[in-house]
Amino acid sequence: MAETFEMSGVSVNFGGLVALSDVSLSVAAGQVLGVIGPNGAGKTTLFNVACGFVRPDTGTLTWRGEELRKLRPHQLAGLGIARSLQELGLFDRMTVLDNVLVGADRHATTGFWPALLGLPRRAKDERALRDRAMAALEEFDIADVAARYPASLPYPVRKRVALARALVGEPDLLLLDEPASGLSSAEMAEIGELVRGLTDRMSVMLVEHHMDLVMSVCDDIVVLDFGKVIARGAPAEIQADPAVQAAYLGEDVVTGADSR
Amino acid sequence: MVRRHLLLALGALVVVVLVLETTSQFRNAQFAAMAYYAIAAAGLTILTGLNGQLSLGHGALMAVGAYSTALMLQSREGTLPLLVILALATVITVVVGALVGVAAARLHGPYLAGATLALAVAIPGIPLYFSEWLGGEQGLNVRMPEIPVWLADAAYFVTGQELTQIRYLAYLGWLGVIVVFVLLANLSRSRVGRNWQAVRDDEVAAELAGINLGRARVQAFVVSAGCAGLAGGLLALSARLAAPSGFTLTLSLLLLSAVVLGGLGSLVGALVGAALLTFLPQVVTGAGTDLGLTDVQAAQLAPLIYGLVTVLVVLLAPAGLAGGLRKLIHWRRSS
Repeated sequence: MAETFEMSGVSVNFGGLVALSDVSLSVAAGQVLGVIGPNGAGKTTLFNVACGFVRPDTGTLTWRGEELRKLRPHQLAGLGIARSLQELGLFDRMTVLDNVLVGADRHATTGFWPALLGLPRRAKDERALRDRAMAALEEFDIADVAARYPASLPYPVRKRVALARALVGEPDLLLLDEPASGLSSAEMAEIGELVRGLTDRMSVMLVEHHMDLVMSVCDDIVVLDFGKVIARGAPAEIQADPAVQAAYLGEDVVTGADSR
Repeated sequence: MVRRHLLLALGALVVVVLVLETTSQFRNAQFAAMAYYAIAAAGLTILTGLNGQLSLGHGALMAVGAYSTALMLQSREGTLPLLVILALATVITVVVGALVGVAAARLHGPYLAGATLALAVAIPGIPLYFSEWLGGEQGLNVRMPEIPVWLADAAYFVTGQELTQIRYLAYLGWLGVIVVFVLLANLSRSRVGRNWQAVRDDEVAAELAGINLGRARVQAFVVSAGCAGLAGGLLALSARLAAPSGFTLTLSLLLLSAVVLGGLGSLVGALVGAALLTFLPQVVTGAGTDLGLTDVQAAQLAPLIYGLVTVLVVLLAPAGLAGGLRKLIHWRRSS
């Protein structure tokens, strides 16, 4: 399929430590793939490989049928891949609108010189970006805080800002790093609904601790343990898999509480 | 936004003409100095305030601009037009800035400060090493070219006063200030400035938003170096000299303190800082002599007061004088 993201045979070693070993997975268009596993299983490393922060020792990444060689993080946005950060990574000394505008920058059409000289086409470009950003803020119901600074906002609102910033670039693949951390169960349900609502526009890959969210949102799940894929399949299959239950050792896979 | 910048620039031009035409030669010379401090401080405040890079080497970059200007004015038989010379000096400094910027882009915080500090120490050493060509310790004398006849005539026609060399220089400097400030204001209100800020606030998130960190840092450094180069050229013209003693580490530190005093990242702040840098020493020394201090004692008073003002501003208005003023206006309006 055209919009498929694939990782095949990815291995990463840190010194002597095996972080990922021969991991393969794929996210099809419009699919939500969940990556779960106990702490230290290599979920974060997997995401970092997908973003180009960590270069795998072996293995390849493929996006839209083309291999991504020497991927660097700043190329992601241009490739139509967005990632949200667990710690949000909002720009603290910029307004909410400016935060989202940075996310929309992929759609900018004018460069340095028009900006320096203040040419009219720069103003037009800027207006288009601004409209796009405001639309994203409206979508997340946070247009009223556009002029505020992130630090002055409650955590769930900041989380929305981060999501709006990731989505305003209209990516084809969204990588969500622990989207539910720090949210109440009602807010978590909202996030779940939101993620499901994205599938007609993009594919989603998410790392998450909250089992109920993962089980309700994902089409497909990959379970990592000690850097290896120990199970993959639909949520029901994963829940029934004895290897998964063994890896979580006593944790209730169905309702599992936040293990952080 | 851009139209507003141009209107402000036009207003500023009128004020500049009025002020320079009604003040003495001595004041004109001070305004010329304030102009080059303002240009250098504006470049530095963009670099440090917007992009979060700390440079202790901007004095050295000014030296590059100053020596470039001086060298281009050495020839006895005719030189390029002055505006062209200043533009070339800016371009040369931009090239040097790009080289430094590429190295600096990989460094952070104290390491960047260290690297630019090395620049501040090393560059004044170059004229000593190539003393035949660059005049060694004595430096290069700068011959101020004649004022173009058409300009002198036009100035006389408009103002009814003879255009003196010093006033000509002050005009040149303030023209530079206006152009540089408009360009920098355009930049900082654009996606370029926004991306610089993003890099300052969170590198990882900026990178994920598609910003090439290295390129953004080099870009900011180069813009800032260009300002320093132009400022250096104007300084050389004002001082009629480009000598190593004029570009010691102290100059870099003074610029940085002007930026902090005015308010990091604020162009108005850069102007305020430049005004303090130019006028405070003279005002303080004057007040000292009035209080009955000897000339030497009075001269020593200026650095003391400057230091005290810096401490007070950092304590009482951490956002700098421009930021503090803005806050005060807000507070008055809302109460």
